[in-house]
Amino acid sequence: MQRILLFLYRLRAFLLFLFLEAIALWLIASYNSQQGSAFFNSANQASGSVLTARNNVVEYFSLASVNKSLVEKNAELLAELEKFRMPADSVYIELDSLLANSFQFKGAKVINNSLNLSQNFLTINKGSNHGIKEGMGVFNEEGVVGRVKGVTKNFASVISVLHTDLLISSKIESSDVFGSTKWDGKDANKAKLLYVPRHVNIKEGDKVVTSGYNAVFPEGIPIGKVFQVSQGAETNYLDITIELAADFSRISYVYLVENNQEEELNELYQSNGISNE
Amino acid sequence: MSSGRIFLLVGGFVLYLLLQVLLLKNMVIFSSAFCFLYVLYILLLPIDIKSIPSMLIAFAMGLGVDLFYDTLGIHTASLVAVAFVRNPWLKVLTPTGGYDEGLMPSMLNMGFGWFLTYSLPLFLFHHLLFFYIENLGTNLFFPVVQKIIYSAIFVFIMSIIVQLLFYRRRRGI
Repeated sequence: MQRILLFLYRLRAFLLFLFLEAIALWLIASYNSQQGSAFFNSANQASGSVLTARNNVVEYFSLASVNKSLVEKNAELLAELEKFRMPADSVYIELDSLLANSFQFKGAKVINNSLNLSQNFLTINKGSNHGIKEGMGVFNEEGVVGRVKGVTKNFASVISVLHTDLLISSKIESSDVFGSTKWDGKDANKAKLLYVPRHVNIKEGDKVVTSGYNAVFPEGIPIGKVFQVSQGAETNYLDITIELAADFSRISYVYLVENNQEEELNELYQSNGISNE
Repeated sequence: MSSGRIFLLVGGFVLYLLLQVLLLKNMVIFSSAFCFLYVLYILLLPIDIKSIPSMLIAFAMGLGVDLFYDTLGIHTASLVAVAFVRNPWLKVLTPTGGYDEGLMPSMLNMGFGWFLTYSLPLFLFHHLLFFYIENLGTNLFFPVVQKIIYSAIFVFIMSIIVQLLFYRRRRGI
């Protein structure tokens, strides 16, 4: 018995090494789910407040470009609004409120961002106190940015589109062909559009937008443009590279969207055994 | 262990951690050369610190960096491994006559050639582990190898610059 204890004592450094590595690997494994607690990431209170302090200094450097993109978005929205202005000589029929109002929007500021790893995350300065929930869609004035992963009281962490596990239900705007956008981990400006069958006719420059099928994003938020189409190694699908609309290197403000009917939709999907991605 | 030395260790810990997560996190060259300078803190722990305390320090440091990088566990796993191999590696590299008591294995104390053979393999080891775990599940081979090599070289150059600017010969930061 004493010998065994002595033996173990001699190995104590190695045993501690194994123990610490086991903890680390367990953390990696448990963190790698799509949604989870936000305690052990940059959205917790301590790191969140450090990042906020840093962002208070850094944000001045990006104010000019933020202003410019906001003005552009404003102009675009004004043009859109013009379409909805009722001419005096027409009759207006109100739609059923169930159809009209299923999405709610919120704004937030990005305080932490990365784009060079294979699994990138953002941190935003709004949390459950401001009505942010897990699974909400995130986009900015240029295009889709990601999806909320975890929420604490004042912060939330967002899975970026630049995350090799995130799939976004998308479609090609001109032809309404569906696919899933997924990042391949290489270039921060490019992603892949998966599951588009071979017979579909796609041109370079076609716009790719969200499909509105997975209830996270409303239909029609830009994702990117088709950059390259090739036949690909897989027999059934085209190999499509798209150029992402959002410039991830200078994201500063984002919008969050919540679908009021997501719960109902998910319930329906689940009861019918349909996976929702 | 004197209180001055504990102060230096704790101060260095906080300094390296803040430097890493506030400044160096955004310093990525050609989107493949990362600057994980916090590894230098573990490498420059005094030689007489055994592997158990240095592994515990590495665990705390790795966890702190992971919080800000949103890569929970990956930095921790690779940094603990570096702390584990550090002491055997130091033993292999013992110069004739042995180390001085409480010496910091820095470039200024040990010379450039010794520091190169000491630090570069450990940087490479750390980056290999980090990028391998980080890219599990993706089938990127060349980008990962590129990241490992470029980052190790970048961190090595940065660690030389940092030592020349902020360290003195013999003990102390």
